[in-house]
Amino acid sequence: MEIIMTVLAGILFTAGVYNLLQKQLLRIIVGATLISHGAHLFILTMGELKRGAPPVLQDGIENYSDPLPQALILTSIVISFGITSLLLVLAYRASKENGTDNMEKLRGNENE
Amino acid sequence: MSSNLAILPILLPLVAAVLVAFFPKKLKAVRLVSQIWMIVQTVIIAFITWYVLDNGTIVLESGDWVAPYGIVIVADSLSIILALTTNIVALACVFAASRSIPDRQEKFYFYTFFFLLISGVSGAFLTGDLFNLFVFFEVLLMASYALITLGGDKVQLRESLKYVLINVFSSVLFVTTVAFLYSVVGTVNMAQIAERVAESEQTGVLTAIGILLFFIFGTKAALFPLYYWLPKPYIVPNPVISALFGALLTKVGIYCIIRVFSLIFVHETEITHQLFVWIAALTLLFGAIGALSTQNIKLIIAYNVIPSIGFILMGVSAYNSTGFSGSIYYLVNDMLLKAILFLLVGAIAYLAGTSDLRKIRGMIHHYPFLGWMLLIATLALAGIPPFGGFIGKLVLLQGTFEAGEVILALIGLGVSLLMLLSVLRIFVRGFWGEKDSSIQADKKTARAFSYPIAFLLVFIIFLGIGAEWVFPDFISIGEYLMDPSIYIDSVLKE
Repeated sequence: MEIIMTVLAGILFTAGVYNLLQKQLLRIIVGATLISHGAHLFILTMGELKRGAPPVLQDGIENYSDPLPQALILTSIVISFGITSLLLVLAYRASKENGTDNMEKLRGNENE
Repeated sequence: MSSNLAILPILLPLVAAVLVAFFPKKLKAVRLVSQIWMIVQTVIIAFITWYVLDNGTIVLESGDWVAPYGIVIVADSLSIILALTTNIVALACVFAASRSIPDRQEKFYFYTFFFLLISGVSGAFLTGDLFNLFVFFEVLLMASYALITLGGDKVQLRESLKYVLINVFSSVLFVTTVAFLYSVVGTVNMAQIAERVAESEQTGVLTAIGILLFFIFGTKAALFPLYYWLPKPYIVPNPVISALFGALLTKVGIYCIIRVFSLIFVHETEITHQLFVWIAALTLLFGAIGALSTQNIKLIIAYNVIPSIGFILMGVSAYNSTGFSGSIYYLVNDMLLKAILFLLVGAIAYLAGTSDLRKIRGMIHHYPFLGWMLLIATLALAGIPPFGGFIGKLVLLQGTFEAGEVILALIGLGVSLLMLLSVLRIFVRGFWGEKDSSIQADKKTARAFSYPIAFLLVFIIFLGIGAEWVFPDFISIGEYLMDPSIYIDSVLKE
């Protein structure tokens, strides 16, 4: 199970990097989102995947899930959700002000 | 020692951020509240610094969860000194902000984001938990995303996109690396990671994770192959915001490198720290060349951020206590100095109406005080006595020579001259020469910028002349960093 999940995270990373390297702004954002999904899956996998065991350690309980990766993912998902929405608004404003969403054209030397 | 004092540098600005968000449109009240709050906060943190230097590290276990299980806030001498410097820079910036930022932008929650930025930076300095470090990074980055786009100009939006994207990407890599590290050592508490890495004598996979972490922090700190994003986004926002960015953001990245490579990954120095020697040398050279290549005064200063990061990495690569104490001294000095320089060029560009050096001349006739302050800041940047930069560089070079990296030390010396040349150009070309009678002297704005800059310059001069009083503390920080067991014991209490 862990191997399948790791491969899946790898596929998400690959697709994400491919999209990050595109020129269209929206694709770049989709790429960033895919990569962050890959990272979240990856954290989950790193804490070992188990079914049916509660994340509680008490006397007499031998089989338990590690609660820490789940807490980490929750934090990370909230942050990446916030950043993605900010990125979408920023991309919308930037492409509207500059009249293009092509990264090739979104560069220049005038600084004023 | 356990005390709630450790969380105050994070909590105070956070409360202030929420407080000033309630009445953003009442500018006079917001300014007054922010300025008084900043003064009180700086005094409180100065007291905590004195307390920590006197009594040793303060550790706060939040929610009374014992160290490796709960979240810890660790105020040791290194992080609290950096938090104090952050607050001194912020104090100067909050006074400069009221005049130099247009009212419309101030009303758009400038002070809220300003305090959130301070909170995030202090949090990144004080946390004792690798995942929390990521969270505080996001707090300060979120605030910086908002600040960099404040105003919403065409250029600002264009450059901030690149800034946001590079930071989003490196943050995702950071989370992935934390996951890697978690799967190998099974904890995210820095003290416990250090302990377990020491037990395993840093196996190959741990060294690989260490280098991955180095490149992630290197992206945030703008080290050699990864600095390309830095200069332009730093010059597009308002001068006060540029000053905050230049003084604080890259420094958080280099602080993380110092922390991680003095505490956790210290068992394979011939791999990791040898890599730093090369990267420090290349960062120094390319940053200085960049600063010489442009005629835009704001870009000159933005490029100068890069070689100073190289200098600080130089001390880490030497990996001895002299190198570390030089690095920290230079780091404190540089945080103040970059704020001064960004404020100065911001003022000059505003008063001259352009940031093109070829169009500025004879400013000394209108604004003599700004001119002399720029000269002092330039000399301090190059490391000419009696200013703070001299002591920092002297000890840094001493540490580098002790480590036997003679070529790196010579490159450092040469780059100091190039940095001096690049900034001195602003003084020579912009301030000397005939009086430009076409511009009207705007004394009021010049004064609004001058007071905060002079306030920061006092500290630069004090770090040079008063080194005898403060330097012993930096020597003990250097020795403290060379012995990770002190940090581990104070957090895990074994």
